[in-house]
Amino acid sequence: MKATSDTMVGELEAAAPALAARLAALENRDTLRFAMCGSVDDGKSTLLGRLLAEAGMVPDDRLAQMIRDSKKHGTCGGGPDYALLLDGLEAEREQGITIDVAWRYFGTDRRAFIVADCPGHAQYTRNMASGASSAELGVVLVDARAGVVTQTRRHAAILAMFGVQRVLFAVNKLDLIDYNHARYHAIEHECAQLAHDLGIEHADAIPVSAINADNLVKHSPATPWYTGKPLLEYLETVRVDRKVDAAFALPVQWVNRPDHKFRGYAGTIVGGRVAPGNEVVVLPSGRLSRVTRVIGGSAELEAAEAGQAVTLTLADQIDVSRGDVIADPTLPPEVAAQFACHLLWLDDTALLPGRRYLMKRATHTIGAQVTEIKYRIDPDTQAQLAATRLGANEIGVCNLSLDSEIAFRPYQDDRRLGGFILIDRDTNATVGCGTLDFGLRRDRNVQWQQLDVDRAARAKIKGQSPRCLWFTGLSGAGKSTIANLVERRLLADGFHTILLDGDNVRHGLNRDLGFTDADRVENIRRVAEVAKLMMDAGLIVLVSFISPFRAERRMARDLIGEAGFMEVFVDAPLGVCEERDVKGLYAKARAGKIANFTGIGSPYEAPESPEIHLRSDQESASDCASRVVKILVD
Amino acid sequence: MHTHLDRLEAESIRILRETVAECRKPVLLYSIGKDSSVLLHLLLKAFHPAKPPLPMLHVNTTWKFREMIEFRDRTAREKNVDLIEYINQEGVRQGTDPVHDASRHTYVLKTQALRAALTEHGFDAAIGGARRDEDPARAKERVFSLRGAGQRWEPRKQRPEPWGVYNTRLAQDETLRVFPLSDWTELDVWLYIRREGIEVVPLYFAKERPTFVRNGALLVRDDERVPLEPGEKLVPKMVRFRTLGCWPLTAAVESDAADLDSVIGEMLDTRESERAGRIIDLDPSDSMERKKREGYF
Repeated sequence: MKATSDTMVGELEAAAPALAARLAALENRDTLRFAMCGSVDDGKSTLLGRLLAEAGMVPDDRLAQMIRDSKKHGTCGGGPDYALLLDGLEAEREQGITIDVAWRYFGTDRRAFIVADCPGHAQYTRNMASGASSAELGVVLVDARAGVVTQTRRHAAILAMFGVQRVLFAVNKLDLIDYNHARYHAIEHECAQLAHDLGIEHADAIPVSAINADNLVKHSPATPWYTGKPLLEYLETVRVDRKVDAAFALPVQWVNRPDHKFRGYAGTIVGGRVAPGNEVVVLPSGRLSRVTRVIGGSAELEAAEAGQAVTLTLADQIDVSRGDVIADPTLPPEVAAQFACHLLWLDDTALLPGRRYLMKRATHTIGAQVTEIKYRIDPDTQAQLAATRLGANEIGVCNLSLDSEIAFRPYQDDRRLGGFILIDRDTNATVGCGTLDFGLRRDRNVQWQQLDVDRAARAKIKGQSPRCLWFTGLSGAGKSTIANLVERRLLADGFHTILLDGDNVRHGLNRDLGFTDADRVENIRRVAEVAKLMMDAGLIVLVSFISPFRAERRMARDLIGEAGFMEVFVDAPLGVCEERDVKGLYAKARAGKIANFTGIGSPYEAPESPEIHLRSDQESASDCASRVVKILVD
Repeated sequence: MHTHLDRLEAESIRILRETVAECRKPVLLYSIGKDSSVLLHLLLKAFHPAKPPLPMLHVNTTWKFREMIEFRDRTAREKNVDLIEYINQEGVRQGTDPVHDASRHTYVLKTQALRAALTEHGFDAAIGGARRDEDPARAKERVFSLRGAGQRWEPRKQRPEPWGVYNTRLAQDETLRVFPLSDWTELDVWLYIRREGIEVVPLYFAKERPTFVRNGALLVRDDERVPLEPGEKLVPKMVRFRTLGCWPLTAAVESDAADLDSVIGEMLDTRESERAGRIIDLDPSDSMERKKREGYF
């Protein structure tokens, strides 16, 4: 009895330090983030599911659930379908495809893995973006029967675009080519060539069979000719360069001001090191200061480096806001407002050059437009193709113009300071993502002329505030009639005005423009720019344009500025307008002689909250005009 | 070089700061469990030396373990964080029965109550401690997860999040759920609790508690509201919990792990996933996704 209990105590005493040592090792392990991609039938989910199961990392209850589900949804004739360990959504089970990036987590005592399991289907290429952007390694599956196919090239190209510098090609289904070494060797060569063509620095390959668990955790006897590491060991030991810039930079995320005594700048360091006493520059303003404290959590730090979330305090009371970048003044990020960039389009509505979007990069959101698509990249050949628009899943090289300057580093030097998304202002959807490749120097050549006489001065001698009254509504609603009346009354009262009418402008300034989506955007842009110049001249500008789309009117509002812009909705039901049909256009449209006529072949998107709402079918044109003048003069 | 835990911590702090910087009226959903304890710890770090610039919200189903509520109140007091408690009084008045109709109980006192609480207070972003590794349906959810009118989740209309650049723009009636612990696993949470010395509810540690077995689940009787059925009797056993919720819906496991290291040690050896202890998830395999679409966290 005594002996037994001694043994038990002895075991317990030995177990506790062993456990503590193991926990300490786990606490200190590092991370590998990798993106897993491949064509739709390459067996990606099966491979990952099998790897986890073989490595003993799938809990029993989840394995049991998989085996139950295999009978219902499985693709292995009722046998265990390891892909089901991963596919989470009802829809994708029903469709048998993986529609979105799924995040997987597993680990060994050496390393923790964060896996972006990317969709294989061609139409979901865009969903790879989130996965590839944070990946330190790309794992691309290749079906041994097919070798490198279009989707393999596309996925590898996206990995390359997102700066993934190491790719592992997992050549799967080796059992289906009878573990033929020569065939594997040929594919390995194809993969190396592909990586080389795309500028990917390191490419490796492993022959595997997910179904038979060959070379996943253990060396397979079926491939005696393969002397490299099995997949799991490769993942545990592969070296990845986490490229971070050597010079200190921190995009300010949050200005921490609990009281008047403390003012700190919170953010995550994207490059270099910082310590109290360091000189820093705040960009884009260029103001200099010195770091006084580096706070990490509740502790005062002697120094902090890239990757840490900290709060800095500065020696000087200078103006620093969210979006600014605090940096090493000897190697500061560049400052620019115009860029060459790579852009991956994510939305079903195509990118239109000239349309205004929001760009968010690091901690900064700013108005942006693509001024030019230089070319689109053929996903299969990488050839440069001419393009006027970018559709979903397409990649282009573009010029991007921002409303003001930002501090940045090229994406290849710093992912956080060079990676951005574009947001649609109307739908709020994330419609594109891209990489800032380099700044364009255009701004430095076209300096803003320093103007001594400004808008306020010109307006003052006219005794008025410049305004833009933007009349929108269906053809025949009475826009031009009311705008004319308003202008006459303003003139009579001694105001200085100008009226820009849609039809007239199209005969002159915009006669080179048609009615395509791109031309419509350009039409509105020019009119808004002209209106803005005339407001600078101190005038009250009346614009009478059908302008049926909210996005167009939003663009005009953004260009002109919220303060001076008044949207006037001239509202009459389609039936009333069609009955009036002053210019006979509705009849023509109904007869099919005018395509895309607003109200007939093309929609009119009514304003949601116009500054002035006129019901021209219920009030006379004269009453409408009086209301506008009254609101304006008041 | 930073360790895995360092990187997880920094990323979560970045997410918390981003939420506060971009959202009009954010709130932290506090469920009293270990993930909430980690979340609160990160929140305090993110905004130190300022007091966290947002309140915590606890949706109380009135069926939580008493130790949980004590822990909650003491934590809020000691950490100096504003705590809002929300109880679906109408649901409580009608009386739900966690024992015989668990899904209705969860729907009324958790899902519906959460929706009502967020609407009533006008919160536009609710930060929660959910992790992607908890359930296959969560593996595809974004860190900033958009909820449409009725707070529904549309798995097909999710915004891509490259480089962790989060699009937080909302139309009317839209809200965000934010998950700063998305990339953490259960093991990461425990290792971080150990590294940082974070306090958690004592129910996570083994102790002799009055247990009974119902429908194969080992329950700990926390109050008198659930009468014992014929054949059931209370047996004192050394048990602990891997996950905490309404007591009649949370199964205990037999265990001797009375301290943190033993709990983690047991977890490393265990072959059962964390949510297996939650009775509510045992329906069809798709239950989590369905609940999420209805607005469950």
